[in-house]
Amino acid sequence: MSNQQHFTRRGLMKAAGGIVLASGLSAPAILRAQTSEVIRIGHLTPRTGFLGPLGEYAVMAVDLAVEEINASGGMMGRKLEVLKEDSVNPQTASTKAERMIERDKVACILGEISSASCLTIAQVAQRNKVLYINTGGNSDALRGSDCKRYMFHIESQNSMYVKTAGRSFLRDGLVKGKRWYSLTADYAFGHDLLKVAKRFMEGNGGNFAGDDLVPTDATDFSAYLLKIREAKPDLVIINLAGTQTTNFLKQYAEFGLTFPVGGFGFDTALAWAAGKGNFVGTWPVVWHHLLDTPGSKNFVAAFTKKYGKPPENQAWGDYVAAKIVAQTVNDLKSTDSTKIIEHFEKGAKFDLLKTRQGYFRASDHQLMHEMYAVTALTADKINNQWDIFTSSPPVPGPDENLEGIAATKEENSCTFPT
Amino acid sequence: MLLMQQILNGLLDGVYYLLIALGLSLIFSLGGIVNLAHGAFYAIGAYMTLVLSPYLGFAGSLVAAPVAVALLGMVIERTLFRRFYRSDPILSLLLTFGLAMIAEQALRMIFGAAPLSFSIPSWLRGQVALGSFIYSFYRVVLLGIAAACVAGLWLLLQKTSFGRVVRAGVQNPDMVGALGISLQPYMSVVAAIGIGLAGLAGVLLAPIYSIHPAMGQEIITPAFVVVVIGGLGSFWGVVAAALLVGLVRGVMVGIGYSAASTAAIYLLMLLVLLFRPRGLFGERILRFE
Repeated sequence: MSNQQHFTRRGLMKAAGGIVLASGLSAPAILRAQTSEVIRIGHLTPRTGFLGPLGEYAVMAVDLAVEEINASGGMMGRKLEVLKEDSVNPQTASTKAERMIERDKVACILGEISSASCLTIAQVAQRNKVLYINTGGNSDALRGSDCKRYMFHIESQNSMYVKTAGRSFLRDGLVKGKRWYSLTADYAFGHDLLKVAKRFMEGNGGNFAGDDLVPTDATDFSAYLLKIREAKPDLVIINLAGTQTTNFLKQYAEFGLTFPVGGFGFDTALAWAAGKGNFVGTWPVVWHHLLDTPGSKNFVAAFTKKYGKPPENQAWGDYVAAKIVAQTVNDLKSTDSTKIIEHFEKGAKFDLLKTRQGYFRASDHQLMHEMYAVTALTADKINNQWDIFTSSPPVPGPDENLEGIAATKEENSCTFPT
Repeated sequence: MLLMQQILNGLLDGVYYLLIALGLSLIFSLGGIVNLAHGAFYAIGAYMTLVLSPYLGFAGSLVAAPVAVALLGMVIERTLFRRFYRSDPILSLLLTFGLAMIAEQALRMIFGAAPLSFSIPSWLRGQVALGSFIYSFYRVVLLGIAAACVAGLWLLLQKTSFGRVVRAGVQNPDMVGALGISLQPYMSVVAAIGIGLAGLAGVLLAPIYSIHPAMGQEIITPAFVVVVIGGLGSFWGVVAAALLVGLVRGVMVGIGYSAASTAAIYLLMLLVLLFRPRGLFGERILRFE
């Protein structure tokens, strides 16, 4: 009755033609990418979920950096364009990295906060021989057993965090013969950090009164606080990630506990969110907005002007990463990842808005740079919502080797797979 | 001694889930809508406290914010939920899933992704000693408010003519219709109460949890587990399940298996579903069989 259902040769031809046309649509985009006057870089970082609040700072910073780079002539005279995506989780991060490299032909990829996602992005980068700069993943394993020739690290490794804050704890007599109680985020970053923290504690004659792994979806810490109160530790060590640190600090104040607090994983935004009176303890950072160097002051001023609030440490990482890439491409007159890597491995020095320049260590691609330990101010000494801590001088000090706080070859060794 | 404290603390913890789960259960029982956006209303409640507290004080926002969230819930019930009561549950699931994402992103666009700071007001700070059990004064107040709400809701459902219609509507909406009672206005009120309770939880937890756009996601999963364990249509089932979930989490941390504390509540859910598929005190509701 109806001949609509009939399968005609003409119909088949039409359908086939349609498919060819449809699939051809993506071709012009590729052609444009290859011939255009812009250079693209990819930016991946978690923008939702428990690390999302930090990812927002990364995005704001990379936007600011690209704006400044283009204002001063771009890369090799061409305009720099940044493709930004929410990395969501390790699987999605890997898919998006793949697409950025294959479809959008990015020169390199920057970003990330989750150590687990860093690894999947690095695997894609290594396979495609494209440079990836990690700006926020801390785990030592990324610089050790999982290291990749095409991955470099602006973010400090866990060992550097532990040794930076550890110096303050040693100075304050909170290590030798003392008992720590630690809470650790139950995923790659936390496990790695706990291992490094235990090595530090054993090496310096202290021990653990308690040590709990905390599921990443936990929001209430009352059960842990009761245990901590019972254990009476000399120092409470918080190795949590994302908004959990804020929850913990708020509830620690709520329960009126007064044991000294510290941690080896920290982000300024989490301290700001905990707020005056709730934020306590001593913590390591790669950078903070109170640094008294001309570079940092300019960065803080530009960021505050654009966004109405000061940048935090995650913003520094992504800002500096974009600047390093732009400077290197301009120096080498090439966006070739292999050439950039050779340049980095030769020990090229970069301005990091600090008192000393830094460089990537060839053996594990970790950026060698100064870090700081910040200590919370008491409520009566706080004048505004941002300046809520004081900072130690740079660690390592001016006369020390920058590698003094990094993991040694014995602690964490990397053999790049070829 | 410590275990006793952990049991008590776990039970108290369960009360937070309860405020979220009761609303979820009510809206599902009466309208057949699985409200995945329930966590978003909790987040909106927390952000509203932040906005309203400077003007009304914490006590003022404790009343104003849940009422505002309840009104928002009523508007959403009238304009959106209402269209899906008789359709395939998968459609309402998609609707509320989308709503949750829109709400989260809206919060992110208005307030930024960075967590915002908010503290316990000074008059609610401090510790109380219940025998040798020293506990946060704020949490005792929180428990009192939550218990009052739960009791009030129970009285409303059991002792008023409003409650009788709602309970009849849960069991047999067609019969209620045949008796000449339109369930629609009741649905609006039930949605407002359920969503308002989520808003109240947001206000109460804002001083002790971190306030960020995705905070709704953190609470919605355990709340669903509570509803499933408790059983649909059963008020006391949800109450018992909330306390049980809090207890299991607390005790797992207390005995040193904190890493498995989340897994344990899913295991609990699995066991309940295996042996009592309708939940602990779930009633047989013909529509959902």
